[in-house]
Amino acid sequence: MKSDAVTIDGARQTQLIRMVRQDCGSCHGIQLTGGLGPALTRERMAEMPLDSLIAVIYQGRPGTAMPGWKSMLSEADAHWIAHQLQAGFPLEAGKAKP
Amino acid sequence: MTIISRRAAVAALLSAAALLGACASPPKLLVEPSRGNGDLGLVIERESGSIGVLDTTARTRLGTIEGLGDLSHASVVFSRDGALAYVFGRDGALTKVNLRTGQVEGRVMQAGNSIGGAISTDGTLVVAQNYQPGGVKVFDARTLKQLADIPAVVDGKPSRVVGLADIPRNRFIFSLFDAGQIWIADLADPAQPVLTKFAGIGKQPYDALISPDGRTYIAGLFGEDGLTKIDLWAAQPKVERILPGYGKGEQPLPVFKMPHLRGWSIAGKHAYLPAIGRHEVLVVDTDTWREVGRIPVAGQPVFVMARPDGRQVWVNFAVPDYDTVQVIDTQTRQIVHSLKPGKAVLHMEFTPRGDAVWISTRDDHKVSVIDTQSFQTLVTLRAKSPSGIFFTSRAARTGF
Repeated sequence: MKSDAVTIDGARQTQLIRMVRQDCGSCHGIQLTGGLGPALTRERMAEMPLDSLIAVIYQGRPGTAMPGWKSMLSEADAHWIAHQLQAGFPLEAGKAKP
Repeated sequence: MTIISRRAAVAALLSAAALLGACASPPKLLVEPSRGNGDLGLVIERESGSIGVLDTTARTRLGTIEGLGDLSHASVVFSRDGALAYVFGRDGALTKVNLRTGQVEGRVMQAGNSIGGAISTDGTLVVAQNYQPGGVKVFDARTLKQLADIPAVVDGKPSRVVGLADIPRNRFIFSLFDAGQIWIADLADPAQPVLTKFAGIGKQPYDALISPDGRTYIAGLFGEDGLTKIDLWAAQPKVERILPGYGKGEQPLPVFKMPHLRGWSIAGKHAYLPAIGRHEVLVVDTDTWREVGRIPVAGQPVFVMARPDGRQVWVNFAVPDYDTVQVIDTQTRQIVHSLKPGKAVLHMEFTPRGDAVWISTRDDHKVSVIDTQSFQTLVTLRAKSPSGIFFTSRAARTGF
């Protein structure tokens, strides 16, 4: 099991939050409540082992529409995103839940 | 009467007077009474749950309508007069908005997760296509009263619905992503939908289009190389595969965003279709339905849109290539221009005769109006994280 702690600088965190909300949001919804892709709510994410989640983000999920994002993310980025998803993904700065 | 209660009485009188004053003056209009709706439009502001009302002639923004919920994959259809927009939100809301007054005239939470909708040929029915619960629902366009519910259930399993389109005589056609089927709902009697179902259409239809004449329905497949079509004018409509195996077994590239299909794919006698997992636009002859060419492009195509006259086809792309737009000349089938209108191009919409295209760039928070001949940017307008742009000229087009 990998450690939960990964170091990502603040500017990159801001980029990753926007990327997840906006680009992953194309399929999973800005509120991450699902669409063509499944919901990425804290409850669902917490059920998956962290390592599997990192692998899905980084490598994709064959046989489904989920691509691997390794051309745009480092493994550390994927780890940070997976951890945030399990903790309840942060909103973009200055954004309130509607 | 104590001083405090006298003050309260005065305050009450004053607020009553203010209310009367508000009633006496007519509500502020976004569109002045003397003009029509033919050159209006709107832009979705996906995060703030608002829409900007657009004047496509003056190239200005007339106002903002708020309170529409989660618009992260919002789409819009228009009443036949173009005055009313029916906005389908990701959160399952269907909102009826009057572009002239800026008022929300009706709103129903009709599903848990919605992907879009369509309006009937005669303008009396609005139909929503939903992921959760999978199926379509039919509403009275005037009152938003639900008239019918059509769950997309096959072998006991609900399916997400994509590719909904209106076809003549108040019928609708749509695809079932999970079940791999195409259904037609005949709503001659909206309370008693008559369904025609086509099975074995291919794996995971992700979106579909109806040709502008209402004749040919084409579903794009995510789960396999190829597309499926149905000729609705045939004596016995049947499922036919087109462009089978266009990837020829090559390892597909990752698809970071699903393409969107509409009747805009058809330019003259050819259809220009996005490949899945390949950075190509596929060109098909609409008489023979054979591939006649493929055009390498800058990334995974998302929207492949013919200018209304069919002379050009404009293409935008999935992340990470979504700062680029490419223009194909349909006479030479060459890319004649590439432009970078801003960060995260999400949508394009042509003016009715194609003199200009309006392009939304989400991360630059703007809409650019671009001349399709000179490629010059004529105007840019502010919009908060804009996505879809919809002009009222869609009201007159089958499949829009």
